[in-house]
Amino acid sequence: MLPREKTTRTELPMPLEMSRREFISTASAAGVAGVSTPLQQPAGPLDFAERRRVALAVNGQALELEVESRVSLLDLLRESLSLTGAKKGCNEGACGACTVLVDGRRMNSCLTLAVQCHGRRIVTAEGLSRPGEALHPVQQAFIDHDAFQCGYCTPGQVVSAVGCIAEGHARDEAQVREWMSGNLCRCSAYPQITAAVLDAAGRMPGRG
Amino acid sequence: MHNFAYARAQDAAQAVAAQREHGARFIAGGTEMLNWMRLGIAQPTHLVDLGGVPGLDAIAVEGDRLTIGALATLAQVGEHPLVQAHAGVLAQACLKAASPQIRHRATLGGNVLQKTRCPYFRAEAPLPWPCNKRQPGTGCAAREGLNETHAILGWTDACVATQPSDPAVALACLEAQAEVLGLHGRRLVPMDAFHCTPEEAGREAAGEAQDERQRREAQQEHRLDPAEIILAYHLPLVPDRRWAYVKVRERESYEYALVSAAAAAVMADGRIRGLRLALGSVAQKAWRLPAVEQALQGRRAVQEEVLPVIEQALAAAARPLAHNAYKVPLAARAAARAVVTAGGGA
Repeated sequence: MLPREKTTRTELPMPLEMSRREFISTASAAGVAGVSTPLQQPAGPLDFAERRRVALAVNGQALELEVESRVSLLDLLRESLSLTGAKKGCNEGACGACTVLVDGRRMNSCLTLAVQCHGRRIVTAEGLSRPGEALHPVQQAFIDHDAFQCGYCTPGQVVSAVGCIAEGHARDEAQVREWMSGNLCRCSAYPQITAAVLDAAGRMPGRG
Repeated sequence: MHNFAYARAQDAAQAVAAQREHGARFIAGGTEMLNWMRLGIAQPTHLVDLGGVPGLDAIAVEGDRLTIGALATLAQVGEHPLVQAHAGVLAQACLKAASPQIRHRATLGGNVLQKTRCPYFRAEAPLPWPCNKRQPGTGCAAREGLNETHAILGWTDACVATQPSDPAVALACLEAQAEVLGLHGRRLVPMDAFHCTPEEAGREAAGEAQDERQRREAQQEHRLDPAEIILAYHLPLVPDRRWAYVKVRERESYEYALVSAAAAAVMADGRIRGLRLALGSVAQKAWRLPAVEQALQGRRAVQEEVLPVIEQALAAAARPLAHNAYKVPLAARAAARAVVTAGGGA
C-alpha cells in the first residue's frame, strides 16, 4: 500500500513544541465545555471523500498533502516523507516501534490515519535534534548507557521516552518500566533502556 | 486495507444520519478500527471520524453523578482528578489497559466496543479455520481448539469468546450508564447489561429464523444498534466508597487480562455495608456477582470470610472449557483480593 499524493512544503509558522503547562491548560480549557450539551441541529450532510487534503507540521515543517483515506500516519511518514525512523514492526499496535509525538503526546502512528492528523504537530525521532548540533538528552543517554543492540526499536523507544519524561512518569525504575511498557525490545535491552530514561530525566530538570 | 470515503463529523447527529444513509462506520481513536480493516473484520465503504466533535471529551461532576464524555481518552480518564476521586476503580482499570501510547489515542467510548482477542477470530481474511463470529455457520475453532484464554461463563458451542475491555469491568461494577444517541434520539444503557454473552444473544433471538439466530448468537456482542453512538457515561456518586481493580495477566504490563476483578465497597465498623463486584475476561461481558454482593453484606473484608463465598458462587456457575479450568480458582482469588483490598483489609 503506497500512498499516492501530491506534497507541497511551506514554512508556515506552526509551533512545533507546546510546553506541558500550555498543553495542560489548553486541554483542561477544552474539557470544561458541557458534557451534556443539548444536541444542536445537525450540521448538514457530511462531506465524504476518498482523498483529502491534510495540513500538518512534521518536525517543525508545515506540509500540505493530498492523501488517500486509508493511509496510516506511519505510511505517510515512511513512504511519502522518507522519514524512516518510525518503524513498521507489527503494524497493529503491539510493539511501539512506530511511536511518534502527536501534539506532544506519544502515540502509535500505525494505529492513526493520516487524515486524522489534520492540523496536528508530529515529531519523529528525526525531529529531536538537528544534524551537527547536540543530540537530544534522551538520544545521548541511550548512547551513554548502550541502551540497544540491533537498534530497530530504538527510534520508537527514544520518542516514547521523551513523551514519558514530559508526562512526569520517569521518577524511578519501577515507574519507567511500567510507563515504557508500550515499547518492546526483542534484544531485551530493558535494564539499559531503563537506566537511559532515568538518566535523561535527571538531565531534564523538572520533567522527570 | 481497502480505501474508503472519509468525513469528519461536526456533531454526533450528523454521524448517525451518515450511518443511515451510507451504512457508515464510526471511528474515534481508531486503535480498533484500523486493525479490523487490515484483518477484514470490518470493510467500511464510509468512515465517519467523531474525533473532532466538540465537547464530547469533557469530564465533570453534575449533580449526583460523574459524567465522562465518550471521546475522553483512556489516559485522560485514568489521570483525571474527578475520576480518581469518585470512580477510582475506573481510573485504575484505564491505566492498566493497553500501553501509554494507545491510551493517548483510544477513547472510553470506543474501548467498550472492542472485540474479543480470540486468536482464531483475529486473523487475516480469508480465515483458514471456522469462526462463527467472522462467518456465521462455519463453527467455532476455539470450542475444540486452544481455549485457555476463553470464556468460563455464558458461552455456547457457537462462540466461546470473552470481552477483553478493562474499563467495561469497572463501569459495570460502578453501575454506570451509557448515554447513546441513535435514529430515535437518546437513551441510557446500564453498563452491566451493555454487552451480551452468546447464551443471551441466542436466547433473545429464539423467535428469529435459524440463520438470523445463528448470526446473532455468535456476532451480537452488545446492545447498540449500528447507528447508535455513545456520547457519555454517567456514574452515580456514592460517598465513602473504596475500590480496587485486580488484573491478572501473563506479563506485568501491556497485556490483556486472563481474569480481572473490580470491587467497590462502603465499609462501616470494619464490615461490608455495600459491595459491587464484577469479573472481567471470564465471559463476553463484565460478569456481576449479585449473590456474592448480598452474601458478603455485614462480613469483614478479610480473605477467610470473602474467598469461600466467591469460590462457592463460581463453582456453581462456571463451565470451564478443555484448557481453562484454571480460570475458576484464579477468578475467585482475583475477586477476593479486590474485595479485601477495597475493604482495606490485609
